[in-house]
Amino acid sequence: MSDLHTELKQSIIQQLNLEDMEVSEIENDEHLFGDGLGLDSIDALELIVLLEKDYGIKLTDPNQGKEIFNSINSMADFIEKNRIR
Amino acid sequence: MSEELFITKSVIIRDSKIIKNGKPFFKADPDASLSEFLKTIYKEEHLKYPKFFKMDSLSKLVYLGVELLTEGNIPDKKTALVFANSVSSLETDEAYAGTMGEFPSPSLFVYTLPNIMLGEISIRHQLKSENIFLISEEFDPTIYLDYTKALFQQKKTDNVLCGWVNLHNNEYDVFLWQIARSGRTDFNEEELKKLYLPTHE
Amino acid sequence: MKGVAVTGMGIISSIGVNLEESFNSLQSGKDGISFPEILPTSYKNLLVGEIKLNNAELSEILDLPKTHSYTRAALLGTHAIKELLNNSKYDQFPEDTGFISGTSIGGIDMTEKHFYDFSENAEYQKYIQAQHPGFTTEKIAEYFDLSGTVTTISTACSSAANAIMMGARMIQSRKLKRVIVGGSDCLTKFTLNGFNSLKILSPQKSKPFDHNRDGLNLGEAAGYLLLEAEAVIRDKPVLGRVSGYGNANDAFHQTASSENGEGAYQAISKALNKAGISASEIDYINAHGTGTKNNDLSESVALKRIFGDNVPDFSSTKGFTGHTLGAAGAIEAIFSLLSIQKENMFPNLNFNAEMYETGLIPVSKLQNKQIGTVLSNSFGFGGNCTSLIFQKDG
Repeated sequence: MSDLHTELKQSIIQQLNLEDMEVSEIENDEHLFGDGLGLDSIDALELIVLLEKDYGIKLTDPNQGKEIFNSINSMADFIEKNRIR
Repeated sequence: MSEELFITKSVIIRDSKIIKNGKPFFKADPDASLSEFLKTIYKEEHLKYPKFFKMDSLSKLVYLGVELLTEGNIPDKKTALVFANSVSSLETDEAYAGTMGEFPSPSLFVYTLPNIMLGEISIRHQLKSENIFLISEEFDPTIYLDYTKALFQQKKTDNVLCGWVNLHNNEYDVFLWQIARSGRTDFNEEELKKLYLPTHE
Repeated sequence: MKGVAVTGMGIISSIGVNLEESFNSLQSGKDGISFPEILPTSYKNLLVGEIKLNNAELSEILDLPKTHSYTRAALLGTHAIKELLNNSKYDQFPEDTGFISGTSIGGIDMTEKHFYDFSENAEYQKYIQAQHPGFTTEKIAEYFDLSGTVTTISTACSSAANAIMMGARMIQSRKLKRVIVGGSDCLTKFTLNGFNSLKILSPQKSKPFDHNRDGLNLGEAAGYLLLEAEAVIRDKPVLGRVSGYGNANDAFHQTASSENGEGAYQAISKALNKAGISASEIDYINAHGTGTKNNDLSESVALKRIFGDNVPDFSSTKGFTGHTLGAAGAIEAIFSLLSIQKENMFPNLNFNAEMYETGLIPVSKLQNKQIGTVLSNSFGFGGNCTSLIFQKDG
């Protein structure tokens, strides 16, 4: 597990107000939406903001979000390939 | 046709205190911040509702108040909601405005309307009932009396949950009460004022 | 029980500064959607339904002193009610006239303009109070010397519809003999930014109920009705009747609608119940139809649940005016009443292809039809769903 994975988990917990969650409770391949962490559509929008704020990635098509935010793994992959900062 | 209506329960959250049915129920550290205060109540009441943490302070206050008022159970899913305040969602409006410069926050924007708190109560208790949010300069018993009487008269509902929920500059003033066709305390201006006006120790 | 009589109307939106202009636009398919010119936003590329009169111009029309503290929503509201008053037989509103106004913005336009001036410039401090939505309602009430029941409703996009419902109720329960009901909202950077952050704004003109719809256009407007009890109507023409109304919460999400349109379904059912009519008696529906993926599907599902295979003729007029938020319920009530009066169904603009999920096709060209009963929907954030039913008098 890379620093990025941990960093992402910490950011998500903070940005999405997942107060009663610990970093250790989020699995790398766990579904973030639907059955896994149970995030909703507003959380998805906040994650898009997070991509830009922390990594400089501007998502032009919000529908790409579904694939990118599938899990911590897919998020980390996408960020590694596209990050500006 | 005049309908006899009664206040069945009430909760006040103000100045780090909770008053249930006119009696002191809980007192928190007056130096705690609002968000600490809210978390304390959540923990004290052993609540488990992850959505709580995503809410803004206004919705958190109402969620907690309703849990306390109803012991977490509203059996009549047609219970109407009649709420009011004077400052709308001002505190959250300001918080959202603060993010407008660089990265507008969608999760904050979602709460920049006072009636969102009614949505939160409805989601939590699965009420698909009638709901209204009014604005008035200060707590005004007559608007609740007029509106709820019409609801009962037109047989729209058998139970109403009323609320005055104000939050500004971290000062909160929450007064929630339930009305039904039977109960011990008459639903009128005098009784409401007796419950609402601050009690001194 | 007969519905509550509507004896007056007044309106201002991006398609007209009064009833006549509005009707002409609706008839000729002329929308009011353009790029913002008056709103000082940096989002110059976002289409809106902007009223091309700035505050100075509105103030002049209303003959307000230079030192006034009217917010834009108050200016618009006053303008609309002035038309209502001019068309009525009153020189001024009788003393016992109530006033119920819906808004979602209130005076945020003034706060966002002058917030940083408040501490340094005393001249702008008069707008501090404008942050309270009640202030806007009071300013309008002040203009017309309305000192009886004055109430502000803030339930997002269903505010004005709820105001109409509340007014009708108060007349039916004999609390009021006469009441002005409706709503007013203006464009602000706050809302434009906010809706943009939710990614529900369309980069082009909105396409309600179209399979390829991709969002809404925000708009500003004010619209008001005068409701009167039977005893005080006398010889005034009755423009229509509010015969049904219903409100329910969708209980699903703060800003999105449920998949099965439960809140909408309940609100429409309640309205039909109140009107004492069956679904088959609805001649035309003025839909909420914002043009978002979510609302239009949810609303369509609700319509199919209520009407089965016989969904009546319907259209959304938001392609003309944009989504006017707290005023929508009122201007669309007025459009519904106009459709009854003029026997016209106004087109659902920008429609090309029906949604695969429902196959529902709105009225996309102006059509003549004898209309006796109209259903008007207004669904707001916070799950607040309201439906109104208007009927021809007599």
